[in-house]
Parts: sequence; structure tokens; C-alpha cells
Amino acid sequence: MDHVIIGAGPAGVVAAETLRKLDKSAGITLIGDEPEPPYSRMALPYYLVQQIPEEGTYLRKTRDYFGHRKINLVQDRVTSVLPDEHTLRLDSGETMRYDKLLIATGSRPVSPPIPGIEQEGIHTCWTLDDGRAIAASTGPGAKIVLMGAGFIGCIILEALAKSGADLIVVEMEDRMVPRMMNATAGNMIKQWCIGKGVHVLTSTRVMAIEPGDGHRFKVILDQGVPLDADLIVSATGVRSNIGFLEGSGIQTETGVLIDRNMRTSAVDVYAAGDVAEGIDFSTGDYSVQAIQPTATEHGLLAAKNMAGLDARHKGSINMNVLDTLGLISSSFGLWMGTDKGDSAEQVNPARYQYLNLQFEEDVLVGATTLGLTLHVGVLRGLIQTRVRLGKWKERLKADPSRIMEAYLACTQPVSINTGLF
Amino acid sequence: MLKALQIEPAKCTGCLQCELACSWENEQVFNPSKSRIKVFTFHDEGRFVPYTCTQCTEAWCMQTCPVDAIVINETTGAKEVIEEVCVGCKVCTIACPFGTINYNSSSGKVIKCDLCGGEPECAKACPTDAITYVDADHTGLARMRAHAAGGD
Ligand SMILES: Cc1cc2nc3c(=O)[nH]c(=O)nc-3n(C[C@H](O)[C@H](O)[C@H](O)COP(=O)(O)OP(=O)(O)OC[C@H]3O[C@@H](n4cnc5c(N)ncnc54)[C@H](O)[C@@H]3O)c2cc1C
Ligand code: SF4
Repeated sequence: MDHVIIGAGPAGVVAAETLRKLDKSAGITLIGDEPEPPYSRMALPYYLVQQIPEEGTYLRKTRDYFGHRKINLVQDRVTSVLPDEHTLRLDSGETMRYDKLLIATGSRPVSPPIPGIEQEGIHTCWTLDDGRAIAASTGPGAKIVLMGAGFIGCIILEALAKSGADLIVVEMEDRMVPRMMNATAGNMIKQWCIGKGVHVLTSTRVMAIEPGDGHRFKVILDQGVPLDADLIVSATGVRSNIGFLEGSGIQTETGVLIDRNMRTSAVDVYAAGDVAEGIDFSTGDYSVQAIQPTATEHGLLAAKNMAGLDARHKGSINMNVLDTLGLISSSFGLWMGTDKGDSAEQVNPARYQYLNLQFEEDVLVGATTLGLTLHVGVLRGLIQTRVRLGKWKERLKADPSRIMEAYLACTQPVSINTGLF
Repeated sequence: MLKALQIEPAKCTGCLQCELACSWENEQVFNPSKSRIKVFTFHDEGRFVPYTCTQCTEAWCMQTCPVDAIVINETTGAKEVIEEVCVGCKVCTIACPFGTINYNSSSGKVIKCDLCGGEPECAKACPTDAITYVDADHTGLARMRAHAAGGD
């Protein structure tokens, strides 16, 4: 059995090692087009602030990790897939046969349609190569404009601000992290950043990027004075890497369409990670979540199915955690609430604390937190187990901070012991 | 045979010796807020529930870590954080459905129970045997783990 995996990010790497655990003798080939050993995009911000060296970003740390497991690492780019022939074409001109194929090619940043965006010195922050370029141009006093205060933008924001740069963030929407935080939380994060010396312009658009005088660029906005910049970092969303599948017959929409067993529309072809439209636990719909926990969950499940098991995906919970200059926030599942549901909220703006719980009947379906670091994972636990909160729902509505107690009281095995339920 | 922490809340009197022992062993301070085991108090019922990592087989934290900072100790079966490798991204803290891996803002890294390398101080410190370190088969942990892993 020859397994081939395209893409050596977290999804591909977890799939490769899982396949090896399940099948000692299968051939496993992991193809990645980047020159470095498999690394983690998530670790780039820590590389940017020189908290870790380049090797610190590597997904697996032990020497010859892949060789030791007889995982054949190939550096090349897949240019097309021919499912009928069970074959791939590579940039090097070679072709490769597979018995089972996993598409784990991830996603890439989209470039907004702004005049002047193609110039040198305007970077996305997506690859180690981008990281090197940004690290070389940032530092104390550097004037940086960051376009986009979404999830990835906010993570980079932290790194850029820590480098001592003079940072201005421009976000189109009316708050920070609009797809992860409601207005209250998003604006608290904005206030926090402003308090830390970062300029944040929300409800503002970049209209054009022109050559500057004195500084490299002049950033023209839809309102107010233009901004000077030595470096521009763009973080305005991502799109799945599906271009090379054109003509393959494999069905795609925003990502590769898969079923609960991670199978694509083509026989023996699976997909996982940022490239896949997997099932969302909360909505039951298929969508691209583009987050690390989902990528690794997908990789694990795809490998099990490729190895012949029947491992059905129950759906991944969309969730994020963010550290914005020391303010820690997180969101889970249906944090925005549902039509049928109700919610509980606790706000303390002075201490930058916020907790919002979303229920459907007496089941937790979503949550948002600010300033909470202890036991935050139980929010996932409560959502994922769909445990009925019973009388604890009213208690949580009176005091949302009692989530840990609610969890313990409602999770059966513990409460059998304690008689709490 | 792997051993595991068996927790019997009914025996707990809420004395917090386990928290103190844990924070002393791991952080060199007597400070319950730095403990990896927590005792939750149910005022209304007058009950106490000690709670920590079950070293679950799914190892959600380990699976999702982007830099391989969480590894299995082959002797104890514990999932341990290698502090020098951890970058402090916190993604494990939201991935763990038990909420038992936590961010420690003073170190900028995460902390979790590592069974003290096979001699858990909390179990030694507990005067009422509410926490014991026993053969993994006996603890009923399998059921508890299965529950948190659910989703149906
Ligand atoms: C700066 C930054 C910070 C982030 N922080 C977080 C965070 O805090 N939390 C979180 O949950 N997520 C975060 N993410 C997102 C997370 O990194 C991704 O969800 C994750 O990397 C997805 O893994 P993947 O394996 O699907 O894809 P990728 O990691 O993108 O890996 C895919 C690999 O496939 C390669 N490839 C693509 N096409 C081909 C081809 N045709 N042939 C061969 N190889 C190919 C790519 O070059 C790439 O190396 C962050 C991302 C960035 C950029
Ligand atoms: S916080 Fe540390 S241990 Fe947890 S996922 Fe991030 S790097 Fe890994």
C-alpha cells in the first residue's frame, strides 16, 4: 500500500505519523513544496520576536524524525492530480503513483485588490520566508502599517508591537477580530491595544499604497490623513490551496469537499486541514475553519480512514485563543449565539474581563472569554459533550464564572462519585 | 502496569494539602493558584472535588501542539510539557476538553500535571486518601475520559 500526502504542514505530518502507527509496512510519502523541514505557521510570531530560532518552528523536533519512521519526505510541488490513473504530476517533471492520496495543501493569504499592493516591501506573514523578511525590516522605531485585525492579524500584531515598532493597525470592520469576537469583546481588545500604544483604526479601508517621501510608503485611507510606513504587513484573510486540482474532477467550493470519512469526490483521495471543507461540530455544515486544532484533527481522522478504519468525523469545533499584548481572549463554537438560544454575560471593562455563554435549551453551544486563563478548555468540553446543564444553567445565567463547577457537577462519572447531580 | 491518580471526592475535606504540595514541588512556592491540581468547592452542597489531568489517551493537547512541546513519558504514561520548547501559544489550553492544561502568565508557558515523574506529591500529601496513585485499571478513568471525548 502506497500512501501519498501532499502538504507537509500540521495536517500532513499528523496524517503521516498516524498512518505509520497503524500500518508498519505501508509506503508513506510526504510531499511539501517549502524548502524547510516541516514547520508550523503558528510558531512564526515567536520566531519574529526572536523568542525561538528557526528550528523552534519545526513541527517535529527529534533528529531524523521522518527517516526514523520510514516516512519519505519529498521537496517538490504537485502540479496536478489524475484520480483515474491514481497518479500525480510534480513540478520537477516526475510523476508519482499512489494507492491512497491525502490532499493537505493548506491555505494561503489573499491579497486585497488595492492599487500598489504588489510592491516590494509589502508582506504577508504566512511562511518562514515571510518571517525572515519581516524580522529584517521591523525593530524599534520602524513605522509599520498592519492591514487587517482578524485572528491572524492580531497574532502578528502582538509580535510586531513587541519588536518596538511604531505600529498602526487598519481594519475594515467596526472592531477587532470581527469573526471571533462580538462588539463588546472586540472593542475591549481595541481599547486594550490603544492603551498599550498601538494605533488602531477600525471601520477604515486602505484605498491605495503609493511611494512615500521620507518613508518607503504612503498608505492612502478612505478617511483622514495618509499613513507613513517603512513596512506594510497584510493579513486580510486566507483561501484554500486548491488551484492545482483544477481539471482533476475533484469537487471543490471554497475548499475541497469531503464527507464524514474525510473522502473527496474521487476514489481513494482524502483531504484534511485548511484546504478541506470539513464538518463543523456546531452547525453541522461543511466549511473551511483554517485553524490548527482542526488541521490536526482532520489529519488524524483522514489517516485512520486511509488505513482502512471507519473513523467518522463528528465535526470540529471552531475555536481560537489569542494573546493581544497580554490580554488573553478565546472563543468557541457558536459564540455569536443562535436564534433559538439564550445567553449569559459578565462584563468588567475596567479589568478587561468578559465572559459570554451561549445556550440552546440547557446545553452550552458557544462561548467568548477575555482575561480568563484557568480551565478555559472546559468550555470546549461542555460544548463537545452536549451535556445537559439542568439546574446549572440558571446558576450560570446568574454567575457565568461558575463554568468549572457546572462542568464537574454535570459530567456524569465525577458526579456519580460526588452525588452532585 | 501504568498507574494513575484515583480521585474520590467523597473523601475530600477541602484541606488543600494537595494544592500546596503540588505548587511546592513544581513551582517552589506554597501557592494554590500555581497548583496543577485544583480542589473545587461546592458551597451549597458542602462538598469538595479535587480535579486534575487524567493523562487521557486522545491527548488533545499533545495532538494540537504546533511545536512538539508535549511528549509522553514512556515510564509513567504522563503527557509532559517541555518548557524550553513551548512557545506559549495556548492552543492546547482550548483544545483540552477537561480544562486541565493552563497558561501560566509568569513563565509565558503552559503547565499541567506530569504525575511528578511517577511519585505524585498530591497523593502523598492527602491525609484522607481522597487522592491515591493506583493501577490504572482500577480508577474508572476510562469512563470519565470516554465521556469527555464524546460528541454524540
Ligand atoms: C502567523 C500565523 C499564526 C497562526 N496562529 C494560529 C493560532 O494561534 N491558532 C490556530 O488555530 N491557527 C493559527 N494559524 C493557522 C494555522 O497555522 C493553520 O490552520 C495550519 O497551519 C493549517 O495546517 P495545514 O497542514 O492544513 O496547512 P499548512 O500549514 O498551510 O501546510 C500546507 C503545506 O502544503 C504546502 N503545499 C501547498 N500546495 C502544495 C503543492 N501543490 N505541492 C506541495 N506542497 C504544497 C504548503 O506550502 C504548506 O507547506 C496561524 C497561521 C499563521 C500564518
Ligand atoms: S502553549 Fe506550548 S505546549 Fe501548548 S500548544 Fe502552544 S507551544 Fe504547545
